[in-house]
Amino acid sequence: MKPQRHKDTKRLFTLSLCLCVFVVRAYAQQPTSPKSSAPVDLTGYWVSMVTEEWRFRMMTPRKGDYARVPMTPEARKVADTWDPAADEAAGNQCRAYGAAAIMRVPTRLHVTWDNDNTLRIDTDAGTQTRLFHFDAAPMPKERSWQGYSKAQWEQAGPGPAARPAAPVSAAKSVKVVTTSMRSGYLRRNGVPYSENAVVTEYFDVAPLPNGGQVLLITTRVDDPQYLQQPFIVSSQFKKESDGSKWDPKPCSAKW
Amino acid sequence: MGSKTMLREVVILLLVMLAFPAGAVFAQTELAGSWAAVNHEDLAGDGIPVDYTGMPLNEEARTKALSYSESTLAMVERQCQGWPAFYLAQGPFGLRIWNETDPIKGGVISWTIGAWEDRAPLTIWMDGRPHPSAYAEHTRAGFTTGTWDGTTLVAYTTHIKAGFLRKTGPPNSDEATITWRFARHDDLLTVLAIIEDPIYLAEPWVFSKNFQLSSAPISPIGPPCVTTFEGGTGEVPHYLPEKNPFVGEMTEKYNVPREAVLGFPETLYPEYRKKFVK
Repeated sequence: MKPQRHKDTKRLFTLSLCLCVFVVRAYAQQPTSPKSSAPVDLTGYWVSMVTEEWRFRMMTPRKGDYARVPMTPEARKVADTWDPAADEAAGNQCRAYGAAAIMRVPTRLHVTWDNDNTLRIDTDAGTQTRLFHFDAAPMPKERSWQGYSKAQWEQAGPGPAARPAAPVSAAKSVKVVTTSMRSGYLRRNGVPYSENAVVTEYFDVAPLPNGGQVLLITTRVDDPQYLQQPFIVSSQFKKESDGSKWDPKPCSAKW
Repeated sequence: MGSKTMLREVVILLLVMLAFPAGAVFAQTELAGSWAAVNHEDLAGDGIPVDYTGMPLNEEARTKALSYSESTLAMVERQCQGWPAFYLAQGPFGLRIWNETDPIKGGVISWTIGAWEDRAPLTIWMDGRPHPSAYAEHTRAGFTTGTWDGTTLVAYTTHIKAGFLRKTGPPNSDEATITWRFARHDDLLTVLAIIEDPIYLAEPWVFSKNFQLSSAPISPIGPPCVTTFEGGTGEVPHYLPEKNPFVGEMTEKYNVPREAVLGFPETLYPEYRKKFVK
């Protein structure tokens, strides 16, 4: 029995050594920045594909048309006072372009890396800029339409109960949590979100059959003041080869 | 165990380590469970008889859609046509998802999304089996295979029956295919559907729907809609060209431009707004 135990010990030692090599190698290859470690390339020009909720997104719905938004009674009261002319006069014409709603606006996106730790998204509709901070960038003191966004490459979730059949790569999406926004509109006709709302988004990229790419953005808005439950929607964008159709237009409360 | 065997084990281990990038992980995602539908978006689009907004239809599809009368669904042989495989991501229902595993190797053989009243179950084969011959039977659920792309389950459906892209009449042919992407993020499941149809779509139709993990069990209900008779029963309810009485309803109620109501592909993109916004 002794020689067998000795061999088992040696075997255990060797396997442990291999594991150590693997771990050390993994750490040694840790990329240096979020930009260089990006598991998916989000950069480029993207255009909204308005295949859902057309009449709520391409047009301004009538006052009182709040279908499918889980509003609180207080939110309804606020929405019923919606006055686009007053918004324009008060300089609040960007209320429907805030972080909680901007990805639902028919627009083009230009996604770039502002620096190694910050992903930047510009929109031509409303000429808004969002900055996704992968590092501990300081939060501005003042609230803004786009708020402060903290980003991370998403980690793999729980695996299926059964063992995997084949090795695959890790998650390929970015999770973004946005706070510190000015209050705005979830829909153009005054459906409100408060300045305490929290927006959680997931960005995924998928291939299209014709060789293109689609950017899928899942948006969850938590706002106990104006929403009875989280408001959850998802929006699609198609990749464009260049910025030739980029058409910046300022915010408007009246279209 | 001899030293040669041990050496072989070590060599294999090292080769495995070299074969996979350091960051690679075995990153499939658990999809099994009950997923409640989040209906904050209208994906069914069936509130008004003629509402093809958001659809990239071609001329042939538009003409056929406008000839459609909802009375068609009252015909026994056509009663299931309004609920094709796409309805999984269009209808208001939740999903019950489970998998079948290989009892020996432990791998996932298939994922199944349970049926719901009028929707057939969707089985996604993960064991590498090929799609059937082009001449094989087409069913309402079709035939679906899947793979993992990172933590996203990607499935591909073929062999579906001709029916409707939206149950108000825009048609799909039996050559239509669906690419599904099931992406789980925390307790959310986003299902992206990319539908191609060389007969009726001007470009792929892309839409998505969200589901939230539910602690309350969702039980598949059935039996799903099953056509028991496919013979003819006489006249098929329809509208002749230019005679659909509902074609102007969306415009009258919501001021939606006619081109958008009828699913012209250019109406899906932001620049179309220039045509009707002053």
